[in-house]
Amino acid sequence: MECVLNSLSCVCRDESLLDDRALLLEMLEKMMTARKFEEKVFELYSKGLLHGTIHLGIGEEAAGVGTAMAMAPDDYILVTHRGHCPAIGKGCRVNAMMAEILGKQSGTCHGRGGSMHIADFDRGILGANGIVGANAPLACGVAMTIKLKGIRDRVCAAFLGDGAANQGAVHESMNLAAVQGLPVIFCLVNNQYGVSMHISKAMKETDLTKRAAGYGMKAFECDGNDVLAVYEATRDAREYALREGPCLLVEHTYRTSGHSKSDRNLYRSMEEIAEWEAVNPVVRFSNFLLDRGLFAQEEIGCIDRSSDDAIEAAVRLAFAAPDPLVDSATRDVFA
Amino acid sequence: MPEREITYAEAVREAMCEEMRLDPDVYFMGEDIGVHCGAFGVSAGMLEEFGPKRVIDTPISEAAFVGAGIGSAITGMRPIIELMFSDFMAVCYDQIINQAAKTRYMFGGHANVPMVIRTPSGGGTGAAAQHSQSLEQMYCHVPGLKVVVPSTPYDAKGLLKSAVRDDNCVIFLEQKLLYRTKGPVPEEGYTIPLGSADVKRPGTDLSIITYGRTVQMSLEVARRLAAEGRSVEVLDLRTLSPLDTDAIIASVKKTKKAVIVHEAVKFGGFGGEIAATIADSDAFCCLEAPIKRVGALYSPVPFNAALERTVLPGCDRIEATVREII
Repeated sequence: MECVLNSLSCVCRDESLLDDRALLLEMLEKMMTARKFEEKVFELYSKGLLHGTIHLGIGEEAAGVGTAMAMAPDDYILVTHRGHCPAIGKGCRVNAMMAEILGKQSGTCHGRGGSMHIADFDRGILGANGIVGANAPLACGVAMTIKLKGIRDRVCAAFLGDGAANQGAVHESMNLAAVQGLPVIFCLVNNQYGVSMHISKAMKETDLTKRAAGYGMKAFECDGNDVLAVYEATRDAREYALREGPCLLVEHTYRTSGHSKSDRNLYRSMEEIAEWEAVNPVVRFSNFLLDRGLFAQEEIGCIDRSSDDAIEAAVRLAFAAPDPLVDSATRDVFA
Repeated sequence: MPEREITYAEAVREAMCEEMRLDPDVYFMGEDIGVHCGAFGVSAGMLEEFGPKRVIDTPISEAAFVGAGIGSAITGMRPIIELMFSDFMAVCYDQIINQAAKTRYMFGGHANVPMVIRTPSGGGTGAAAQHSQSLEQMYCHVPGLKVVVPSTPYDAKGLLKSAVRDDNCVIFLEQKLLYRTKGPVPEEGYTIPLGSADVKRPGTDLSIITYGRTVQMSLEVARRLAAEGRSVEVLDLRTLSPLDTDAIIASVKKTKKAVIVHEAVKFGGFGGEIAATIADSDAFCCLEAPIKRVGALYSPVPFNAALERTVLPGCDRIEATVREII
């Protein structure tokens, strides 16, 4: 599958999904919330109101939300440094996320982690990782727990980027998961750039699905900017992981935001970014819902405003929340 | 009835087996630990007793299986991971340093990593530069890791049982030249708390502060000096992190002289931390001589036996250093 600007709408293989209005509503709400969350974080950073680093996934809302929503509530995910979208997709509360990004005691990690390490263990979000590819070994272990404890109907998904595809730990983990038959989905979100390096310069063979065969795994692939395609592909991958063992799920997308706060986009053109932004996943899904007559324009406008309100409230609460006590700085080094 | 004596390797195995019988969440994973029984035969019989579900042979992929241990630990298991040689930490450093040590703190205390990484450490076996190192100080420097270095079969069993029950990641550095040494070990289960040093030989004239394989060498030196009427105390730290600073200070205040001994390279070694602990405390004012350190020369461990003996510390070098200040 080429990574192209291929559609202004979405494709749905299983039309029965469209009867599930609550599901569609939740998808749209979470994608809009994720988008506005990221935009707000960038705004706070630009105004100098935010300490430390951020990695935004603007443009990757469908990949994060679609995959996380196709997981069962008890399933586990391990996300990357660019982890806000899947965390929101899996149900992490934006109030606690915003508070964490502002370093507050009420944050998901009580201000110890920040944007790069958001976690919500109660919702199966086992943490965002700052080391590219490092969550692949962890995912194998999470799946070992599932297997050793004899838990049925539970899987673990490791979010990875195209950059992580060239990390040794990822290769080791795919092999370990395959040989042990572990219920892991290696969810490879191909946003086409590892920081500044385009995928075509980082690997000779850019068809990432081919990696699976080398480990005896099955590969699934989808248009990562189409939330319904992502949802359906993840559902297939999940069923496969439960039944057969690990698999690779490649989602093609594009981040229109920079790699991190210091990115000046010297490695790509503004035209390229603008082209992708014009067909961003939130727009595509909204168009689809309108075109199919599933939601009215007013309803979508209402969801848009309510997600704005939710983010504004999260920011207000976070700024008002207390910082961690200074004398708690070395707490929680050990259990 | 005479006390039962078993080897250091058997003591390690007994601790693992006892904990696996007690707690179904404890499992054992590493390279060639099943049919092959591990590179040093430590896990003989464990595959037969616990089966392949709990004694898991992995491919040669240290980053993957150490990381998998962490992933299982944060979701309810209590893995014991065997790293075939402690030198191999270099190929899974990220998982130990950036993952295991950081997980609890970085995620605000919402996850624990109750995992033990057991690994044979040290030289003297003719295994050359990549299979002979003592790297404990590198782990000690990272907040979030506990570091244990047992010197006797008795300590190995009791400390390993505590390590398995600990809710943190414990690096358990076994001394490969001690695996075949024998000592009294009770058959019943017992634990030794992490962070407690042990006076292996009391004395009044000088303290040798040490851990691991050099404990036995230091005891030999103490015996040699005892023949001349000199009383040398040998303090075995047993755990480097957390460190029993009280025991160090108490011993030095008593004897007023300190020689620090470890097999690791002296430069930048953990001995510097011990010396600073003394210098930072009221024991400093009691000192009647400079604090001395004995460690390996600043060199990779050589293959040739004579060269290896030269680089690593031995009884003679320890004795000579003790005689400088006693």
